[in-house]
Amino acid sequence: MVEVNFYFQVHQPYRVRDFRVFEIGKNIDSLNQNNKTAKINKKIGKKFSSSRSSLVRYLLDKAPTKLMSRLFIPFFQAHPKLKEFVKKHYLNFYFQVHQPYRMRDYRAFDIGKNHGYFDEKKNAEIIKKVSKKCYLPMNALLMSLLEKYPEFKVTFSFSGVFLDQLEQYAPHTLESFKKLVKHKNVEILGETYYHSLAYLYSIEEFVEQVKLHTKKIKEVFGKEPKVFRNTELIYDNNLAKVAQKLGFKAVITEGADHILGWRSPNYVYYAKDSKMPLLLKNYRLSDDIAFRFSNRAWKEWPLTVDKYVSWINQIDGVILNLFMDYETFGEHQWKDTGIFDFMKHLPKKLLEEGHGFITPSEAVEKFEPVGEVDVPHLISWADIERDISAWRSNAMQDSALEKIYSIEKDVKELGDKSLLEDWRKLQTSDHFYYMCTKYFSDGDVHKYFNPYESPYEAFIFFMNIFQDLKERINALKREKAIQELEPEEMLDKDKSDKKSDKKITKKVKRSKSKRGTKKIKSKVKV
Amino acid sequence: MLGWEFPPYNVGGLGTACYGLTKALSALGLKIIFVVPKAPDEFDYDFLKVVNAGIDLEHLEQYIPINSGIVPYYESFPSTKILRNDIVKSKNFQLYGPHIFEEVNLFSDKVLNVANNFDFDLIHAHDWMTYPAAIKLKHKTGKPLILHIHATSFDRGVIGIDPRVYDIEKRGFEEADVIVAVSEFTMRTVIEKYGINPEKVKVVHNGVLLGNKDKFYDVKIFPNDYVVSFVGRITIQKGPLYFVEAAKIVSDFIPNVKFLVTGSGDMLPQMINRVAELGLSDKVVFTGFLRGKELDKIYAMSDVYVMPSVSEPFGITPLEAIANGTPVIISKQSGVSEVLRNCLKVDYWDVEKMANYIIAVLKYSELRDTLKTHAFMEITNINWDNAAKKLLGIYEEVLNGRG
Repeated sequence: MVEVNFYFQVHQPYRVRDFRVFEIGKNIDSLNQNNKTAKINKKIGKKFSSSRSSLVRYLLDKAPTKLMSRLFIPFFQAHPKLKEFVKKHYLNFYFQVHQPYRMRDYRAFDIGKNHGYFDEKKNAEIIKKVSKKCYLPMNALLMSLLEKYPEFKVTFSFSGVFLDQLEQYAPHTLESFKKLVKHKNVEILGETYYHSLAYLYSIEEFVEQVKLHTKKIKEVFGKEPKVFRNTELIYDNNLAKVAQKLGFKAVITEGADHILGWRSPNYVYYAKDSKMPLLLKNYRLSDDIAFRFSNRAWKEWPLTVDKYVSWINQIDGVILNLFMDYETFGEHQWKDTGIFDFMKHLPKKLLEEGHGFITPSEAVEKFEPVGEVDVPHLISWADIERDISAWRSNAMQDSALEKIYSIEKDVKELGDKSLLEDWRKLQTSDHFYYMCTKYFSDGDVHKYFNPYESPYEAFIFFMNIFQDLKERINALKREKAIQELEPEEMLDKDKSDKKSDKKITKKVKRSKSKRGTKKIKSKVKV
Repeated sequence: MLGWEFPPYNVGGLGTACYGLTKALSALGLKIIFVVPKAPDEFDYDFLKVVNAGIDLEHLEQYIPINSGIVPYYESFPSTKILRNDIVKSKNFQLYGPHIFEEVNLFSDKVLNVANNFDFDLIHAHDWMTYPAAIKLKHKTGKPLILHIHATSFDRGVIGIDPRVYDIEKRGFEEADVIVAVSEFTMRTVIEKYGINPEKVKVVHNGVLLGNKDKFYDVKIFPNDYVVSFVGRITIQKGPLYFVEAAKIVSDFIPNVKFLVTGSGDMLPQMINRVAELGLSDKVVFTGFLRGKELDKIYAMSDVYVMPSVSEPFGITPLEAIANGTPVIISKQSGVSEVLRNCLKVDYWDVEKMANYIIAVLKYSELRDTLKTHAFMEITNINWDNAAKKLLGIYEEVLNGRG
């Protein structure tokens, strides 16, 4: 009798990457693991797993933890100390919910005459339409998933202007959101109230808007945001500092290739300087759902739950940050694409495969950051560039943004509530996004979201409104100046000659008549 | 190829279009025999010589003038000194000259004679006046027929159409192997108003000829004023009165604006009257008909160019304006609005919005600059080479289809 002794040698070295002299002392992580190694390992793993030998497949399937998880899941799960060996991914679903106050066709002839800037009819229509197609059915779906699977968790971020519009146009939808958010497995993020780009122009205004937002969220939902996401995931090192000072525990941003390099977005990182924990979007897996789901030209179409989960099984890391617009469900991807069914069956399959769900604040508590991410230049989640060019790449955008923030001091000093409110609504990032002329490469996305005929029209409305805003400021300033002057001049009344006396009375009359007309206008508004 | 005008003896965009198209086609290796009804007396048979002397028409294999009185747009006559004939002298204002149909017939006879001297593979005819000739030629030679539509009766006669012209057009469309429309706008007209099988109609958008401009003309006639311009035949089709109404609203809002009107046509007196009525006589400047460098200078000195056409099958002037570094506002009722994105589009009747756009372009320099640079980049893609390639594809299809 011959005894057969199979012996497989399994080895791969950590190949050293192109490590440049400039990196000495700067990039420590890169020595430990690198892209090339990961790629080669992955390749070999694939080769063997496609062969028929189940033994080899199990031995070489990616990493020992995976092997263990496959063979001994019951054993490991029973043993609390070994539990962490099980290769489990936590899915961190975060949905952005926002609608801007779209401007109306505001013409040059309206300047100084009409202070109604926003298209109430259109805004109401859109809120109602999207409620019906997306918010209400998706809320119901998520509610049923939360009830059915105790492990299921989701996170939302609502802009303040969105909540305001719900109150105004669709209170029923707001109730639906309130009900959903009440569930203990739903977390809410902090952001700017007006979904603005204030961070780029005025830290003071930015902080005020974040505080306003936190207040609003507490009022509406009774929950407090602990993790921060800036408008459009715009981020740089300093943002982490500011968010930290505002008391947030972590920041969410884009897992852009150019900041991560070879590193995976599927871990918790920390920001340079502030050491603030960061959660980075896995844009591939996110965009598979948000953008590619219904794209028939995509080679993976149609995307099934099984296929999606099989991708997740192959991925390294601990946490998958799937961030997308809530309108993905039913509005960007229509119901007949099967997006709702996909989401309905995803949790079950994921749980069966041993994965779990997590919210951002839990994630940063559970996982230690694995490394530092340095972002000296602004990034965002928009377009292929993942930079801020969607809002700031032509002369119109630059000028509009610069102008709107140039009047901050005036607006705040005057203390006129409706002026402040209008000014802030005009800061919403969408206004500048609609002015984007990056048509030629990825213009399709921009076009779909543009309620105006062209970027030029968006700019014209905006600038006409801005002119009116300025006229209002000037009028209020004049009024204020006159008010402040009055008592002093009155004292001198006896000494002064009749001429200046006449002037003063004239001025007072003028200011009075102005106030009069204003009252009438505000009545009309109500 | 059968046409009715060719630069420099053209009154409208058709001649310009034929020039650009034939030039690009010949660059693709095609040989074109271009037949026009009549060349001006003073050049007559010396015509080719004149061409060689100044203007680059060498790419045309032949340029054959035939003596015939056809002048399709009678209305545009007061402006052109070049095309003089009997029709001009009869001061009877109709859309077409009184003898137009006789002339069309005459032309078709002559074309047959000319065709005897040449060998060709297919017939390509531009606009209705050449259709009877083209049909006759098709019957005689059995060659495939392509009809190119630059404008239909519905574009020219906004108020009412001429049933005789309509009949010629309809018969032509029915006889044609392929109909080429300059825009989807025109294609829809052909399908809906003439009841033509949609499969026969193809769209080939026009292009624009970009001269090698290193820099734009730097001309300033009114140093302290903004300049808004209108270029085109002053006929109902081009919407000149909407321009005047918009000018009134703009000048009430911004005092220092001048409005340039370049071109002429049957509605010129009416336009001048309206300008006077509105008290705009010192603001609206009529330059008369201009071409070439002078026209380029008009575009270049304008802060914005407006094309308020009521019905414009294509509309090449906005592209010319852009090529001269000027932003444009165009009517939505135009073929060019299908291909041009970096511009402002407005319904021709919405003069208030038109005025609003004019004011915005004048007041906001960032808007002007962004429009200018983006449109300039964009029009490099709207060229005759693309149109010619598409047309070549159609030619091949037609010839192959015939076996």
